[in-house]
Amino acid sequence: MLEIRNLHAKAGDKPILNGISLTVKAGEIHAIMGPNGSGKSTLAQVLAGHPAYEVTEGQVRYQGQDLLEMEPEKRAQAGVFLAFQYPVEIPGVSNAYFLRAALNEIRKARGEEEIDPLDFMDLVEERLKLVEWGPEIMSRAVNAGFSGGEKKRNEILQMAVLEPRLAILDETDSGLDIDALRIVAGGVNKLRRPDNATILVTHYQRLLNYIVPDHVHVLAAGQIVKSGGKELALELEAKGYEWLTEEAVSA
Amino acid sequence: MTTAYLQDHEVFSRSGDAREPWLSGLRQSALERFQAKGFPSPREEDWRFVDLAPLTGQAFRLACPDAAAVTAQEIAPYLFPIEGVRTLVFVNGRFVARLSNIGEAPVGVTLLNLSAALLSHARLLDGHLGKYARPEASGFTALNTAFLTDGLFLHVGRNVDAGAPIHAVFVSDGREDGAATHPRNFVLVESGGRASVIESYVGLGQGTYFTNAVTEAVVAEGAQLEHIKLQRESERAYHIGTTHIQHGPGSRGTSHSVSLGAALCRNNLDVVLDGPGVEAQMLGLYMGRERQEVDNHTSLLHAHPNCSTREVYKGILDGRSHGVFNGKIYVTPIAQKTDAKQTNRALLLSDQARIDTKPQLEIFADDVKCTHGATVGNLDQLAAFYLKSRGIGGALGRKILTYAFAAEVLEEIPHVAVRQALEGLVMERLEQRAEATG
Repeated sequence: MLEIRNLHAKAGDKPILNGISLTVKAGEIHAIMGPNGSGKSTLAQVLAGHPAYEVTEGQVRYQGQDLLEMEPEKRAQAGVFLAFQYPVEIPGVSNAYFLRAALNEIRKARGEEEIDPLDFMDLVEERLKLVEWGPEIMSRAVNAGFSGGEKKRNEILQMAVLEPRLAILDETDSGLDIDALRIVAGGVNKLRRPDNATILVTHYQRLLNYIVPDHVHVLAAGQIVKSGGKELALELEAKGYEWLTEEAVSA
Repeated sequence: MTTAYLQDHEVFSRSGDAREPWLSGLRQSALERFQAKGFPSPREEDWRFVDLAPLTGQAFRLACPDAAAVTAQEIAPYLFPIEGVRTLVFVNGRFVARLSNIGEAPVGVTLLNLSAALLSHARLLDGHLGKYARPEASGFTALNTAFLTDGLFLHVGRNVDAGAPIHAVFVSDGREDGAATHPRNFVLVESGGRASVIESYVGLGQGTYFTNAVTEAVVAEGAQLEHIKLQRESERAYHIGTTHIQHGPGSRGTSHSVSLGAALCRNNLDVVLDGPGVEAQMLGLYMGRERQEVDNHTSLLHAHPNCSTREVYKGILDGRSHGVFNGKIYVTPIAQKTDAKQTNRALLLSDQARIDTKPQLEIFADDVKCTHGATVGNLDQLAAFYLKSRGIGGALGRKILTYAFAAEVLEEIPHVAVRQALEGLVMERLEQRAEATG
């Protein structure tokens, strides 16, 4: 589904990603871990097309297409979804209006009809259950005045409605209390299907108690310094990141 | 081009209620003031950003008050379905009972059209009219006072809640170009009273006419006033409006101002905090397109201690439109513990749109908290990326973000029906833009 080869990116003059290669297959969950400043959030944002980063080298192929050539909205329309670490507030625009506009743009790109408003309401009602929310959230303005936890839940709701092929969750677990974490993780697990894939960017192993990854990668200084199975996350929990980052520096 | 106004005034002063000496005296001295000073000159600091020549160079004649041709259906789109709302409709400057619905005012509330009140409440009005929005302040206020005839009159008694909003709709039928009206409104909320007033200025059709409106509102000790002004004139019309709100001790007030129409619009909002412990808010939204000029001059006088004010003005300028925001905050030496916050943001949707923005803080007390911030720019890039990451790019993304920018101000309007109508109008304009730009 996704093939990243030797990806380099910088923000301004500062190189952040220094040659990342990663292959994600349909049905898989990959966890990207690493200390602060290792480049894991940048990787998530580069994949979604954030304008603050410039790709200087490497390729990314997504479902056979050159992802880096695509505008951010085209990537989303092709099924890439980024759950933001800091979701943006959009005052005055209701969650319902926003989500329906997004879903319709994605449907139009696929050559499908716009969704009937009643069908949309049915769909939303069903997906709200995944995040344990009532319908009143739909008439609130997008993220405006939401708590940190509510914003993260709203990202998962959007993901549930838009049904991406490739979901990238950027530190969705940070700042969540245990209940919110359970709800967010539960949502991700229920949305898991053989034909979609998930990349979890996280600093802490905690999230991986709820969402079990197939692969764990550790980033340091913009490179993957170690990859392994789910047991690697536990090892990191016990030993911290230093032993790996030191290896990276000495290597 | 003051001659036409003077000629009209001669005819006007021989008619109707001119027998009242206090009233003819008020009008006559205002006329003399206008005669002596004329319209503001571009050399005056308060008028230098806006080109008045297209307005002052034309002879606008006093509108013929004939409303026979205006139907309730034509007015309907400008009314709000608010429960209990009382509506006064004025056509070409004069009250039209047939189109209005004053209903039954609660005990302690007097709701009239001004020309009736000039007779029935002469003593009260003699003590107030022209004392706040003074004819000396500008040629426009002088001219309005010289022609003062009709508008809203609202008197809310001590500790009385006037209840549902009162909506005054000033309609210019625009069937003939070149007509002038001078609406004059007076609101007095006695101590502990509460009122909510909406003023709408609307044009039927696309006529070139001149609305020169003045509102004086007095909010006595501990009283509350919510004031909403909606300017929806024809986009070929001229609108000059002055709203003066005088606050007594411990009173509260919110002023909302939304300007969408007129070729040239100037809103003067003067808020005087004439007592300690006042809380006042001033919120504004203006939109310009094509060659519209929209100028908001707000002035806030903190004359007493412990008052807090919040001011937020936002503009959306497209085409070759031009906006002006001048926000004056004056804090006198005794106004300690003043807390004043002013924000002014403008969004320029085209390369040719312009904004002149000038915060003007004059602070003579030392224990105060005054902040102001002004931003001019394009749409928020981070928000744009957020929308794109959900598949929403291009014209739709821009429309949603522009709407969000406006909605932040509209959100604070307390009446759902008014808010929804305005949200609809803003959205409609953005849709028209999206269609025009593909």
